[in-house]
Amino acid sequence: MQVIIDQDRCCGSGQCVLTVPAVFDQGEEDGLVRLLQESPGPELAADVRLAAALCPGNVITVHGDPG
Amino acid sequence: MTTDTPTARPDGTADALAVPAAHGGCPFDPPPAYREAHRAGPITKVSLWDGAPCWLLTGYRHSRAVLGDHRFSADARVPGFPFLVPGRRELITRTTPTFLRLDDPEHARQRRMLTGDFIIKRVEALRPQIQQIVDEALDAMIAKGGPADLVQEFALPVPSLVICLLLGVPYADHEFFQRHSRTLLDIRVDIEQVDAAQQALTDYLSDLADRKRREPDDSVLSRLVARDELSRAEAAAMGLLLLVAGHETTANMTALGTLALLRHPEQAERLRAQPELMKGAVEELLRYLTIVHLGIPRVALEDVDLDGTLVRAGEGVLCMVSTANRDAELFEDGDRLDVTRDARRHLAFGFGIHQCLGQPLARAELQIALGTLLRRLPGLRLAVPFEEVEVREESLVNGLRALPVSW
Ligand code: SF4
Repeated sequence: MQVIIDQDRCCGSGQCVLTVPAVFDQGEEDGLVRLLQESPGPELAADVRLAAALCPGNVITVHGDPG
Repeated sequence: MTTDTPTARPDGTADALAVPAAHGGCPFDPPPAYREAHRAGPITKVSLWDGAPCWLLTGYRHSRAVLGDHRFSADARVPGFPFLVPGRRELITRTTPTFLRLDDPEHARQRRMLTGDFIIKRVEALRPQIQQIVDEALDAMIAKGGPADLVQEFALPVPSLVICLLLGVPYADHEFFQRHSRTLLDIRVDIEQVDAAQQALTDYLSDLADRKRREPDDSVLSRLVARDELSRAEAAAMGLLLLVAGHETTANMTALGTLALLRHPEQAERLRAQPELMKGAVEELLRYLTIVHLGIPRVALEDVDLDGTLVRAGEGVLCMVSTANRDAELFEDGDRLDVTRDARRHLAFGFGIHQCLGQPLARAELQIALGTLLRRLPGLRLAVPFEEVEVREESLVNGLRALPVSW
């Protein structure tokens, strides 16, 4: 799966970091999202999808591996 | 006191539905009139006290969509913005707005001055200090002996102490700011009183911010004024927002969460036996209790087709997250408290760019406070019959007047 983020829209809620810390992080100074891996493995797919749904700013887009 | 008989009809009109609806008395459930309206359909047209048309959204999907849509404004100065009680519109137009009531790009500019202070990592690092605050409050309550009012002894002091520590506000002033915070959220007092409370708190925070400018320390308020990007009034308004939001909401969640667990002893036992369930349990309590029980207001900036309903530019919308969080579409048997449920999609912190900035802090505080309470007081019980526990019916944020307990 491919993960794309649009950091401009991030409001620093931290939901993504809480859901999949292996894929998302927050900048120490600005608190905005950082992508740690662009192509996380299938074992993380469900969590990444949940993070995308929980993100209040519509920052996270997921491509590939439907379902 | 309003006794409203809701008459929501399938065509979406409900002339007799009073907004804000009466509390209903159950400490846990959303106002009965809103639940009733939801049974007739998730979108209900209502008139506010001033005759303004407003859409009541009681379902999950619609609230989530509106809160995440930039065509709906959070700016209370936009004509048509829905106010629940008289006087608040005038008050807000003479108050310096914070990011809570601003749209992007100004919202993002202000909010981003604070996002670094509330990142998960930073809040995680605060856990030992929060644990200490929780333990000391409990020690003091136990030393005094029961029965005790858990609101005064525990639920209120813990988040107050935490936000004071973070923000750099002297806790010695807690009676002052707790009293005025309560007034700000009271929809029954005269607007003059709300105005006076707002002024007193603004003056207090302006002075405090001035002091931080002269003598900087390692606090959020100090860092905020050091950035030099905010006017004196803006800095005070932001400090006020953090102070009020930081203790009032978490305090109410702590008290109501405790009551919910006492009322559902099998759930409390489950958590005592499996403390690792506490993180999920806090999400479930946030969903089940949704203390912003009177909804989140927005105003449409343009005509929007909301799932077949036309919301016109300038019309108000109330996103009833309390009923949304019980919506069967998302939460099976949503009226049941189940600490093992995956409740993470709840809207208790709102949704969209305004979603609660302090949510990592609120989560940590609730997990530690409720977890410690269950662990250290295995005999915790109500000291009065459940029916006698009084809710704060006058408050915008659902909460308890007192919670008498023994252990
Ligand atoms: S969940 Fe979305 S808005 Fe929140 S920090 Fe992550 S990317 Fe940003």
